[in-house]
Amino acid sequence: MSETKSRKSKSSKSQSASYSFDIFKHELVPKHEIVPIDEAVEILKRLGVKPEDLPWIRASDPAVRAIGGKPGDIIRVIRKSPTAGEVVVYRYVIPG
Amino acid sequence: MKTSYELDKEKILEIIGKKASFLPKKIVEELISKIIAKRLSLEEAEKVIELAAQQYISSLIEPGEAIGTVTAQSIGEPGTQMTLRTFHYAGVRELNVTLGLPRFIELVDAKKTPSTPIMYIYLKDEYKNDREKALEVARKIELTTVDNVTLEVSTDPYTNSIMIRLDPEFLEDKGVSVEQVANVLKKYGDVRISDEDPYMVIISTNESDVFRLEKLKNKILKTRIKGIKGIKRAIVRRTGDEYVIVTDGSNLRSVLKLREIDPYRTYTNNIKEIEEVLGIEAARAALIREMANVLKEQGLDVDIRHLILVADMMTYTGTVRQIGRHGVTGEKESVLARAAFEITARHLLDAAARGEEDLLRGVAENVIVGQHMWIGTGRVKLFMKLSRKNEGVSNVSS
Repeated sequence: MSETKSRKSKSSKSQSASYSFDIFKHELVPKHEIVPIDEAVEILKRLGVKPEDLPWIRASDPAVRAIGGKPGDIIRVIRKSPTAGEVVVYRYVIPG
Repeated sequence: MKTSYELDKEKILEIIGKKASFLPKKIVEELISKIIAKRLSLEEAEKVIELAAQQYISSLIEPGEAIGTVTAQSIGEPGTQMTLRTFHYAGVRELNVTLGLPRFIELVDAKKTPSTPIMYIYLKDEYKNDREKALEVARKIELTTVDNVTLEVSTDPYTNSIMIRLDPEFLEDKGVSVEQVANVLKKYGDVRISDEDPYMVIISTNESDVFRLEKLKNKILKTRIKGIKGIKRAIVRRTGDEYVIVTDGSNLRSVLKLREIDPYRTYTNNIKEIEEVLGIEAARAALIREMANVLKEQGLDVDIRHLILVADMMTYTGTVRQIGRHGVTGEKESVLARAAFEITARHLLDAAARGEEDLLRGVAENVIVGQHMWIGTGRVKLFMKLSRKNEGVSNVSS
């Protein structure tokens, strides 16, 4: 009797765990997107930097995982800024 | 006299795109709204945009400006006026929040857990005006252990049992029944409720050793009846036009899984948790928000750009690093800069043993060797083009 009860509570727990949560809808998380390779080359040329000179972001970062980024990718982050309205920055995905 | 106006949003955007495409979004929006509000003519609008662009360019930071130093001073000076007192009340009497200098230090040190972790849990639209529902959720997430509802505990080494007398008042307060308590204790042995006292729970174990029985007793007291680990207290507070649950203690990952809450506005002051659950960009945003909040609370006016720089420095490696020995300063590339900061002899010795090289690119190392720093006018070098020597012209190059 108690066994079924505890199992019931467990299943309801796992159900709420699978409840979908889109982290990009959270007010703290800005938009992330993977930059296509040809565009990335152009951006790096324009900025005059090597990929690893960009700020980094780990491959295990929840936002990177959500968009399926892999180490070596360049991620475009579109932040809301209190001073400029909207700012586009790039991050380089590192392993880890 | 309302003639049709020749400029609209598209048209202005087009002019800006042609003349000043580098302007940030906020200025562009302001220009558009002001131009339309004042009903400027095409020429006037063009002139205004040109002037705005000029102003914008002239207020950009010069290349080579030592912004880090400016930031350090801009935060440091007001910092001297911050209160050293740790606690401030945040609306609710029983809830303390660390503010002022101690909180600022905590943020900059990237501590794993703040000394007063707090969450702000917003409810879904359908519940946000429902006080009863808010209280129900608050009760649900508040961590309740056996200890919280216990009046007294005793062990009986002869029958290998542990007797727990529960407190009816606490039970009522936490919304827990005796049966619920008995239920969670089932894993420790046979549980029965005493015949003489309805609030007495007796657990018979097969632990014959007195010390281990004592140990088990402590374990039982820490057993969770309900709630989320880490949430010590949850209080319902009315903020604006809705009920918000403010908690003492923080556990972002678990709270986000609740169905009744609005996960997209739920907030914690634990930066490390935000980094783990929402990523480095969210941690950066939260850092700025927390730092700005501390300064605002103290009535200090520091430009947010300084705080943004600090947050950027702390997060650019993909993890939140502290400003200090184990972070930004400690991981500097230059040996001399590290040696100038702390434990000089050790840094020099280690560097010598490893054969490290110092490229003398930073400020501290150039001060040490007595060279110009690579900052401001120090970035510019003069040299002469020999071929033009006769014309007496020297070229400036950066």
